[in-house]
Amino acid sequence: MTVAALPIIEARGLRKAFGATVALDRIDLRIDEGRIVGLIGPNGAGKTTALNAILGLTPYQGELKVLGRDPWTERDRLMRDVSFIADVAVLPRWIRVSQVLEYVAGVHPRFDRGKAEGFLAKTNIQRGSKVRELSKGMVTQLHLALVMAIDAKLLVLDEPTLGLDILYRKQFYDSLLSDYFDRSRTIVVATHQIEEVQHVLTDLMFIDRGRIVFSCSMDEFELRYVEVMVRPEQVVAARALGPMHERQALGRSILLFDRGVNQKLERQQLATLGEVRTPSIADLFVAVLGNTPGNLAAGAQGVAR
Amino acid sequence: MNSQSNAVPGSFDSQRIAPAALSATRPFYWSVRRELWENRSIYVAPLAAASVYLFGFLISLIRLPQKMRTLSALDPAHQHAAVTMPYEFAAGLIMVTTLIVAVFYCLEALHGERRDRSILFWKSLPVSDLTTVLSKAIIPIVVLQLVAFAVTFATQWIMLLLSSAVVLGSGLNVANLWTQVSLFQMSLMLLGHLLILHGLWYAPVYAWLLLVSAWARRAAFLWAVLPWLVIFAVEKVAFNTSHFAAMLGHHFVGGGQAVEPGMSPIIGVQLSSLSGPGFWIGLAFAAIFLAGAVRLRRYQGPI
Repeated sequence: MTVAALPIIEARGLRKAFGATVALDRIDLRIDEGRIVGLIGPNGAGKTTALNAILGLTPYQGELKVLGRDPWTERDRLMRDVSFIADVAVLPRWIRVSQVLEYVAGVHPRFDRGKAEGFLAKTNIQRGSKVRELSKGMVTQLHLALVMAIDAKLLVLDEPTLGLDILYRKQFYDSLLSDYFDRSRTIVVATHQIEEVQHVLTDLMFIDRGRIVFSCSMDEFELRYVEVMVRPEQVVAARALGPMHERQALGRSILLFDRGVNQKLERQQLATLGEVRTPSIADLFVAVLGNTPGNLAAGAQGVAR
Repeated sequence: MNSQSNAVPGSFDSQRIAPAALSATRPFYWSVRRELWENRSIYVAPLAAASVYLFGFLISLIRLPQKMRTLSALDPAHQHAAVTMPYEFAAGLIMVTTLIVAVFYCLEALHGERRDRSILFWKSLPVSDLTTVLSKAIIPIVVLQLVAFAVTFATQWIMLLLSSAVVLGSGLNVANLWTQVSLFQMSLMLLGHLLILHGLWYAPVYAWLLLVSAWARRAAFLWAVLPWLVIFAVEKVAFNTSHFAAMLGHHFVGGGQAVEPGMSPIIGVQLSSLSGPGFWIGLAFAAIFLAGAVRLRRYQGPI
């Protein structure tokens, strides 16, 4: 990592509890400029709470700076540089497309209306339509058009493609990458749909029970994790190499190795055991969070550091 | 990986000079417009009331020539009352309509955005909670009153012109009608009445309703009314008195008495109602309630 990269988000001991339920358990994190970070975790892991704290939507304990500001006390000022799509259903249903363009242009100093109009021209969205008359996919297109026309430093997406069909989902990330993202922007996306963000992300963060249990860059991920589809006769030998996870598929054992832990594991050596490939994020996610919730924290800690 | 060697942490502002330094009033202006887009009842309801009234008035014009002929038999005070009554009735109807709109508007203002989750969209824009709450508070305190005034003003002129046409058509003299109905004076009175009584004197009521709408998860109307009923009931049962109700009654009905149009023909009398402590105590309460609403909105998310 380069030292000159700016910390867009910096949290130390970030904690948030709702009564007895701890949603964020003293999280430390740092997200640098120019990254696309996937925040991945099961339901109730604390993803939305973490994003809400970053966006100044919820008070918290501990230290948190977004673009050098305290989000809770400076939300309105911060929102000049931060854009946010919660999920598909937050645009007010009564508003017309033309009105929402006019309003955002009125209140947002960094909104380029022409740009938004340009994005909308590529869709079937009519200027006079009300949001309630648009399909779910079109509402997302509209919201995305608004957000992409804002010259923000940080874009936060919380399950942005929830409930959309595959065409819109694909299009969503495609336009985000081709028309919006550049190295001066930062995107944080929380999602369940791991497969579709795998090739978009530059960094990965697994969150579980209010803790960040794993984080690495995608470059690191590809170097470090190896999945081997082991031939039946080699299974015992493969297990001896200390895989972090094993699963069965189509009658074969699939072993996941962490080369960061076991440095001497060479790809060539593993290739003698079976087919070698880079695991999907989903496979790693399962391996890290484990099938046995009881000893999850301990196992995950070992992987994370 | 990115390396902006010239940039140091915490210098985001210096990297990019704000393209358009917005004045603080711009988000406020657009937020008020936003309210008008969302709540078309603000002007539709008074217009509808006026239209219905005008329709009824149109039918009543059949009897107008007869009424004008018998008018001279009455003494001057009754003459004036008989002629101006429909005009004051129109103003009253539009006023009541506006009040109802104001109450429902306030109860919905900070509740609806949480119910339909759109608060997450509004909060993703650089508009502070203070700006948002003030843009909602100004609707019943100023905007609705100005709308009520404009609609009443137009309605009364239409009424007067229609009456004049009928009177002329039946070969009578319109001078009597025009001397009795002094629309300019009535309008000035009305504007003072709306802004001072319905706007400022009632401001604590609107602010209270906004506070409840920011707080309640459901049944905002119930929460808005219930505490006052409870205080009233407890006082009644415990001490068999009703000072609390009397106090509120005095403030909102009696306190504004001085500004009732029929009672104070001069605008100065209306303004004099502002010098009493009651008016300022009311405004102080309004400010407290609004501050509470601003704070609540900061904590609240979708429900």
